Amino acid sequence: MTLIATDALTKTYGGRVTALADLTVEVQPGIVGLVGANGAGKSTLIKILLGLLAPTSGQARVLGLDPTTDADAVRARVGYMPENDCLPPDLSAAEFVTHLGRISGLPRAAARERASEALRHVGLYEERYRQIGGYSTGMKQRVKLAQALVHDPDLLLLDEPTNGLDPAGRDAMLALVHRIGAEFGISVLVCSHLLGEVERICDSLIAIDGGRLLRSAQLSDMTTASDVLAIEVSEGTEALAARLAAADLPVSREGQLLLVPAETGSDVYDRILTAVVELDLPLHRLDQRRHRVAELFATTEDSRVNV
Amino acid sequence: MSTSDQLTAARGTGPTPAGPAVAGTTSNGAPGGVIHDIGYQRYTGVRLGRRHVVGALYAHSLRTAFGLGRSAKAKIFPWFIVGVVVAAAAGLVAVRAQIGQVLLSYAQFADTMSWLVIFFVAVVAPELVSRDLGSGVLPLYFSRPLRLVDYPLAKFAALATAVFMLLGAPQLVMFLGGAFTTDAGWSGVWDEVTDLAPGLAYAVLWAGVFSAIGLAVASVTGKRAFAAGGIVAVFLMTTPIGGVLSVLPSVTANQLAGLVAPSSLVQGTGIWLFRDALITEAGTGLDTGGFGPLYGLVTVVLIAGCIAALIARYRKAARR
Repeated sequence: MTLIATDALTKTYGGRVTALADLTVEVQPGIVGLVGANGAGKSTLIKILLGLLAPTSGQARVLGLDPTTDADAVRARVGYMPENDCLPPDLSAAEFVTHLGRISGLPRAAARERASEALRHVGLYEERYRQIGGYSTGMKQRVKLAQALVHDPDLLLLDEPTNGLDPAGRDAMLALVHRIGAEFGISVLVCSHLLGEVERICDSLIAIDGGRLLRSAQLSDMTTASDVLAIEVSEGTEALAARLAAADLPVSREGQLLLVPAETGSDVYDRILTAVVELDLPLHRLDQRRHRVAELFATTEDSRVNV
Repeated sequence: MSTSDQLTAARGTGPTPAGPAVAGTTSNGAPGGVIHDIGYQRYTGVRLGRRHVVGALYAHSLRTAFGLGRSAKAKIFPWFIVGVVVAAAAGLVAVRAQIGQVLLSYAQFADTMSWLVIFFVAVVAPELVSRDLGSGVLPLYFSRPLRLVDYPLAKFAALATAVFMLLGAPQLVMFLGGAFTTDAGWSGVWDEVTDLAPGLAYAVLWAGVFSAIGLAVASVTGKRAFAAGGIVAVFLMTTPIGGVLSVLPSVTANQLAGLVAPSSLVQGTGIWLFRDALITEAGTGLDTGGFGPLYGLVTVVLIAGCIAALIARYRKAARR
């Protein structure tokens, strides 16, 4: 079944501001990244998918339902985590998530049970009985995720779930989102303005800019070849590049970084480290990252400019 | 059943104890791993419809009005007001039992408590709507299976119920006092019932008007202090205008003066509907002349207008 489908979806505010322009996209179940700069139309798309905004023209379907005419049915099966603060400071997370579970149609006992389950799954245990006002940003983001999860939706719409989190918090949140998509069997649409962040957890990506579709693609066929090792030394970058090339490693240069494809061989880490040690260079970092997706979108943008 | 029990049970029903070491995965490739499924469980139970959802929101809001399910601090004010009105009612019962004289009828009691009702609405209405606006929680409601009108109507119903209970509970105390001390037996109790009925109906009128105005004002701002000030201002600032109109040398202006302020509007409508219950002595009370139906009409239009404004307010809020 198609998760989300839009057909020439257009939304203009007051006839002047265009938030979405002729957006046609089809998304299969899984973890989907929706990437775009601030103001690209991500939040407008989510509001249309929830049936909170009516499109100016075109059509949208969520889980096979039309959100403009069947908003209740769509919202009963969708969980939404907004971007902004949306938590009352003087309630405990347990009470608040239970209440919202009831507003999603769960009976009282089921709402209480599923609220503590949802809070446990996002990593809140005894803290859930404390008032939300005393929570850290990371805990608040988790409560926001738990309230979207409490009624066991078929689709989660997450608007910038890593907003305001430190790097460790971001990683934890992304791991959690990935777990929900991979283990819980719930499809997830993750909005972000950071491509590098969502590409780590997504099955497919949609990039929009200025309300238009830049690119929509499955990641499965490109992830295998996408891992590269990034090496940074504070001096002697040229010497190291020459040494690595001499050792038959296909090295390339990107600013201060040297990039080596990770699948060159299982001993590639050792060979790089040996080269660094032999040249006696101060190594700043050596880590694995995905690279091709960003390139993919960059070239799409370039070709668009050329057209 | 605890998690470990489920684990044991799952292992127990596995293929064979002597099977492959990796429990939970079967050779045919299907996810036969019962053990893996205990992490997250899909909800297969009943999902209630919109009526129950609105009911849950109403019940939650009514509890919030009296600070139930909230901190002790949130309970102080509402229960102080409840304490005052019930104590006043108990005092009236005591006086009536001692000197055998009815100082206030059931309906007049509501009039006497009007300023307490104003303060109650001024504190509780922002608690019900401004808090949700201020903390940005509305998108969480509107992304759930509620219709746009459900939220404002549930809040109105909850506040109106709270005000009705605030005025109805002391009347019930007075009724019990009157019924138990009556000398006329069952007919005396029945007399009390016929007196109580217009009193409660009058309380409904108070609840409707004050809740509608209070919520319409409170929904403008997410700051509770501003909302409370605005509500008190609307109720108290209109009273002097009515006062000026009531001393003008024109009988028509005097009789229409009550329309200006919410309290006197309710009184005027009450006098039109239950004159005997409100005017126990000739020459007292608001003089509405023959304009009683007009008071009633303005009351209805005012409640409808405030609710319409409230709905329009949330229609706008949902889009943002």
